[in-house]
Amino acid sequence: MTILEIELCGIKMRNPTMLAAGILGSTASSLNWAGRSGAGAVVTKSFGIEPNKGYSNPTTVEVMGGIINAVGLSNPGVNNFKLELEKLDKSVPAIASVYGANQYEFSDIVSKIENLVDAIELNVSCPHAMGGCGSAIGQDPNLTADIVRTVKKNVKIPVIVKLTPNVTDIVEIAQYAEDAGADALTLINSMGPGMKIDIETGIPILKNRVGGLSGPAIKPIAIRCVFDVFESVDIPIIGVGGIRDYKDVLEFLYAGAQCVQIGTSIMYEGMDIFTNINNGLRRFMDKKGYGSVDEIVGIAH
Amino acid sequence: MNIPRIVKIKQIINESPTVKTFIFDWDVKDEIPGQFMMVWNFNNEKPMSISYIDPVKNEIGISIRNIGKFTKQIHNLCEGDKLGLRGPYGRGFHIAGSKILVVGGGIGMAPIIAFSDKASGMGIEVHIISAATTHNELLFNDRIEKSDAKLLTCTDDGTSGFCGFGTDLAEKTLSEIDYDMVICCGPEVMMKKLFDIVEKFKIPAQFSMERYMKCGMGLCGQCCVDNVGWRICVEGPVFWTDELRMINEFGQYRRDSSGVKHNIP
Repeated sequence: MTILEIELCGIKMRNPTMLAAGILGSTASSLNWAGRSGAGAVVTKSFGIEPNKGYSNPTTVEVMGGIINAVGLSNPGVNNFKLELEKLDKSVPAIASVYGANQYEFSDIVSKIENLVDAIELNVSCPHAMGGCGSAIGQDPNLTADIVRTVKKNVKIPVIVKLTPNVTDIVEIAQYAEDAGADALTLINSMGPGMKIDIETGIPILKNRVGGLSGPAIKPIAIRCVFDVFESVDIPIIGVGGIRDYKDVLEFLYAGAQCVQIGTSIMYEGMDIFTNINNGLRRFMDKKGYGSVDEIVGIAH
Repeated sequence: MNIPRIVKIKQIINESPTVKTFIFDWDVKDEIPGQFMMVWNFNNEKPMSISYIDPVKNEIGISIRNIGKFTKQIHNLCEGDKLGLRGPYGRGFHIAGSKILVVGGGIGMAPIIAFSDKASGMGIEVHIISAATTHNELLFNDRIEKSDAKLLTCTDDGTSGFCGFGTDLAEKTLSEIDYDMVICCGPEVMMKKLFDIVEKFKIPAQFSMERYMKCGMGLCGQCCVDNVGWRICVEGPVFWTDELRMINEFGQYRRDSSGVKHNIP
């Protein structure tokens, strides 16, 4: 066993980094590429029942410390996405991120792809979703629990729930998800929504006017969410939000995350980010005398 | 940063009945032919090739064919009107060799003319095959004639130069003249055909690809190509033939804004 290997809900990962949902990941090719680039696991871009064009451009704009985006969950629909999942090279575990408006849609989708992936991540937290999807669900503990319970009844593979930080008390939602049977939690989805206005014209730049904030700017909040939830639930936590280097990963592990996801910082670092982070972790752990990632998890408590 | 910069349209050049070039003041730093800008008209935002780079006058230009709602809106703009530009994005053409054949089809001439101007300005012998449906759709003839590049026109209807496809003229030219490299941008059907031709002649070549694009900054994954996964907006849009061999959707299919695949006719 190498120093970076971990096991999440029974899924073996060669290192604790994953490609986060929503960044690349809408094709088998880009997921396989992230695997080849050093990610320990990959999460697909979220998909739903029907093809969805998402919002018109501009869908993404850079801000201090990251980006705001309102891509709007564009995806080719589960039937087309299934063809992509069939082409995964299986070099690393794959997690399907799915979204829907209610428990029936979620169940319908996951039943079609369960045999093609290692786990499901329920996107009940996208801050720019349409039609009652995304954070419209994840901001309500009961709706969240209903969906988790129904999906859990219908699938055998682990069910991970990705939560939104845009709530008064993320711990409460985390506990509802755990009680409903969630196998793990991903913390956190993008924040806000936020807005950026062009100063020459006075026009909000995003076509949707508002979009979720991601990138290094949200890291301190993500760390706090992981820290708080770690104290209140027993299921594993996947930390995500603003990770750019191995030091950021360490903070998440210290706060209680068992592994992490990386997304926005691919904009700064390219696909080498996974290998660079893993090399940094190895060097740090060697220097500090840590034998495994598990030894680090939660030491801030 | 990846934020649109608001610029005034300094000059509009009518290139053909369907194509206009828009010139902007721009602090030219490392813009390279083959790169593109994200163009925001305060309603939508699309990638457009840079067709003109003047590092002395500090100007850049983009050339746009009027083919849809967005391009029509831009064609309706006047000098002095504003647009938002961010970029440059992507990997442009690499200049190598002393004798280069460049092949442009239709609006694919936009990055080709920028390349030709730069390469011929450096003293490289550039031969341009400019292909269009008919004579008045041939682009940038005046600019080419002012440069040291040699122009070979080609029209589908034979109204100017070679009658037939640009690829046929390219094959004929390649069999008569030795080149160090070939550069191409045009409809993908044409590029795939030229790809097969340059492979036969064993000449290094670069092609500029196009895919549906959203963020332009390498994150959304909309423009990733099979099977390598590369992003057209970062690893592309320009690829060498060795790289194109790994892009097996080249000439075969492309994905739309929701990611559904469509065959390339």
